[in-house]
Amino acid sequence: MIIAKRKPFDEIKDMLKGYKKVLTVGCGTCVAVCLAGGEKEVDVLNAELEMSRKLDDNPIEVGAATIERQCDREYLEALDASVDEYEAILSMACGAGVQFLAERYPEKPVFPAVNTTFIGVNQGVGWYEERCRSCSSCVLGITGGICPVTMCAKGLFNGPCGGTNKGSCEINKDQPCAWYLIYERLKKQGRLDCIMEVQPATAWENQVPRTVIQPGYEKSEGA
Amino acid sequence: MHLLRAIQKGADGAYVVGCLEGTCHYNEGNIRARQRVEHVQRLLEEIGMEGDRVRMYNLSSGEGPTFAAYAKEMTEHIKKLGPNPLKQKKKSKRRIV
Repeated sequence: MIIAKRKPFDEIKDMLKGYKKVLTVGCGTCVAVCLAGGEKEVDVLNAELEMSRKLDDNPIEVGAATIERQCDREYLEALDASVDEYEAILSMACGAGVQFLAERYPEKPVFPAVNTTFIGVNQGVGWYEERCRSCSSCVLGITGGICPVTMCAKGLFNGPCGGTNKGSCEINKDQPCAWYLIYERLKKQGRLDCIMEVQPATAWENQVPRTVIQPGYEKSEGA
Repeated sequence: MHLLRAIQKGADGAYVVGCLEGTCHYNEGNIRARQRVEHVQRLLEEIGMEGDRVRMYNLSSGEGPTFAAYAKEMTEHIKKLGPNPLKQKKKSKRRIV
């Protein structure tokens, strides 16, 4: 899932300094699961904003709404009736949700309350680790299920580099060498020949927003 | 959220009492509760209030006198901190869409 981290309170407060009526919108999917921008986090942030502005003798009126997904028009529609009542919107969704909200309500300033951080896994309550950089060229099939783009400090598709050092990366001895892990995993599986496959470099330059249209949906609405 | 709401509504202080550490029916419930209370302390400090207006205590169900002692300790502590500054301010509005 997409992992996000709430922005420092002072940064959020500063973005809203000119506004007296703000709608805080949570997202019920990824950011709710990673405890950054779901219904509970909306309530906590609103309580903080209200108290802080009250202490400053500059009260703010905050509304709360959490929809299933901010990256889906179907759910954004639920906000249409109430958005007009507010001067600004504070989105607790990932960057995609914030942009979709800003696109739907172009006349309203939309501010992000979280920093979208990575695509990751849940290692424990409130503890997340990055696993994917969404590079569009997945090589996990030949790397034993270990992503070299994410786990290698250089993001090497073909490794290891000369900096591998007894299982660690040259940048830090506590950072495992991704390609050492890949080697060990493939060895265990008897698939060491995979490591000899040379992968072409990804065209990182001139990146534009990518689009995916799933087979069978080429002419569907909104595609 | 309940702790934060209590302060938001004007409580001068609030404290959570859990079982003794290591004896929680939910194993780590009281440890997690302490982490949440500490989180609320940080949130209060973030907005310029005394984080110590919320506290966590631990005791067993058979420790009535200790419970009373903690209540007195908390009362004295809050008296020293003074009233919740939010009570002096004008009301702000909040609504659920």
